[in-house]
Amino acid sequence: MAALMNENAIAGKPARVRLAGSDLLGVAIVIAAAIAGYFLFPNNLALLTRIISIALLVLSLDLVTGYCGVATLGHAALYGAGAYAAGMAAVHFGITDPLAMMAVGILAGTAAGLLSGVIVLRAHGLPQLVLSIAIVHLFHEAANKASSWTGGSDGLASIAPDPLLGLFEFDLWSRTAYVFGVVLLLVVLIVLRLVVRSPFGMLCRGIKEDPIRIRAMGASVHGTIMRMYAISGAVAGVGGALNAISTQVVGLDSLSFTLSAEALVMLVLGGTGSLYGALIGTVSFLWFEDIVSAANPFHWLTIVGALLILVVLFAPRGLYGTASAFLERRQEARR
Amino acid sequence: MQTVLSIAVDALAYGMVLFVISIGLSVTMGLMRVVNLAHGAFAMIGGYIASYAARDLGVGYGVAVLIAVFGTILIAIPIERLLYRRIYGAPELTQVLMTIGITFCIIGIANFVFGPTLKTIPLPPELQGSINLGFRAVATHRLFAILCGLVVAGALWYLIEKTAFGVKLRASVDNAAMAAALGVRTQIVYAVSFAIAIGLAAFGGVVGAELLPVEPYYALRYMVTFLVVVSIGGAGSIPGALLACLLLGGIDTTGRYLMPEFGEFFFYLAVIAIVCVFPRGLAGRAK
Repeated sequence: MAALMNENAIAGKPARVRLAGSDLLGVAIVIAAAIAGYFLFPNNLALLTRIISIALLVLSLDLVTGYCGVATLGHAALYGAGAYAAGMAAVHFGITDPLAMMAVGILAGTAAGLLSGVIVLRAHGLPQLVLSIAIVHLFHEAANKASSWTGGSDGLASIAPDPLLGLFEFDLWSRTAYVFGVVLLLVVLIVLRLVVRSPFGMLCRGIKEDPIRIRAMGASVHGTIMRMYAISGAVAGVGGALNAISTQVVGLDSLSFTLSAEALVMLVLGGTGSLYGALIGTVSFLWFEDIVSAANPFHWLTIVGALLILVVLFAPRGLYGTASAFLERRQEARR
Repeated sequence: MQTVLSIAVDALAYGMVLFVISIGLSVTMGLMRVVNLAHGAFAMIGGYIASYAARDLGVGYGVAVLIAVFGTILIAIPIERLLYRRIYGAPELTQVLMTIGITFCIIGIANFVFGPTLKTIPLPPELQGSINLGFRAVATHRLFAILCGLVVAGALWYLIEKTAFGVKLRASVDNAAMAAALGVRTQIVYAVSFAIAIGLAAFGGVVGAELLPVEPYYALRYMVTFLVVVSIGGAGSIPGALLACLLLGGIDTTGRYLMPEFGEFFFYLAVIAIVCVFPRGLAGRAK
């Protein structure tokens, strides 16, 4: 935390102006990439929408793992809760307005986040990991068992969302879904930017560095992480609901251990503890997966494994962390 | 009554196989503090080697087991030297990622070399068929698995409690720096216990092949089960791991017999309940 403040103080311009500038730049880059994606890959918008949906899950995982230091292998539980809640609202309760489905997804994600926060924070280290894995398996088995509600292993199909705002139909080429996803991602990104810069966000980073010291300062470690878990659940819920709305089907794979592990891999590939790292990790991972797994799914697994080992050994801060450290060093050298 | 006995025998056999495989994980985790998610992958390698030796080379079951155990240790040595060495003492997240990476690689390579099909390890005639215990007939192989578990538990207890190596091992688990200062060569203790752990994993993979079938996704499918055993038993504790295996084997088998449609729901519910009540494991010590 102290290092961050020093860094801002050393820079010549007032810290606030510089931060706002870099934020605008980040948002502009995301918008530019989204527009480029729309025009470069008009036939692949479904894949791009899926990338946005998973990116929201990875962002949500980053809040807990990257900012609070809680290692979890069960984050898909939050994502799946959002997806299933939005889907069930549409199929069983006739709530087919996309924005209302989104709200249901956010609520369910937050509830799942609070629940898994309560359980996961009971332990530390290995037992904590095991608890997080047990949660995602529990959700998975529950969704599988309650097949009259969730469709079981066949998946929850025939979700038919209304046109967005009553104007834009969800078309076969996922144009509407893609634009909807990009807008959601931008809103979430801006909100999270404010959250992680706030005193609350700084407190979370402090907890990651040294929880005992934070407790000695008089702050509640448990309460702070629980609040972050709720925010994280809401973000994962947005991702899940977006997936339900855009693909119009929810499968058990959205509650799987594999998805949780893959989300963690994407986060680490991009770099923990930074929002852009989460985005870059998701995009590069899923893009790569789409190319390689079309050739051979088992080679894909070998490559992911090798990639993970290489990242851990040679770029522990991920793509974004390594690149930004490199740029910083170059700036230092120029001065 | 018949059902209860069937469940008891199956649960005992399953628990013992779990014990043989995961006790190595428990020891290395207690000793080196490495969250080794790739442990199941080594059990899988053992199963593949035994299957290859018994079916394609045509050697006997006993020889196949020996080849599997030593072959797996040989494969594990370079991996330990090159990869594990670098994550001792690293944060958990790093260890989790590295070992998941190793698991993924081993799954991909196993599938490339042996294909995606299920591999069987042919049993010798003595272990086929069943034995009549008076009240009912029990598959000989199940009894063999239970026996192996008991022998491994006994041998490990003797090794750790009664030998000079065991004293050094316990000293290193309690306080590695102090043990090193007193002249224990902790590097050798680490290397030997890692080899024993891998060897036991391979042994368990072969003996348990009838219960946990060998196929490429073995490493991923049972990874969670082995981790659960260790975290419930408490890292580094043999009685804890034994108790955890019997308990979890019992819960899982009972669930499968009585409520198969619920899958592993009750298993994971029990795991959450136990870890919440005993965050350091059943036999874990406060730090």
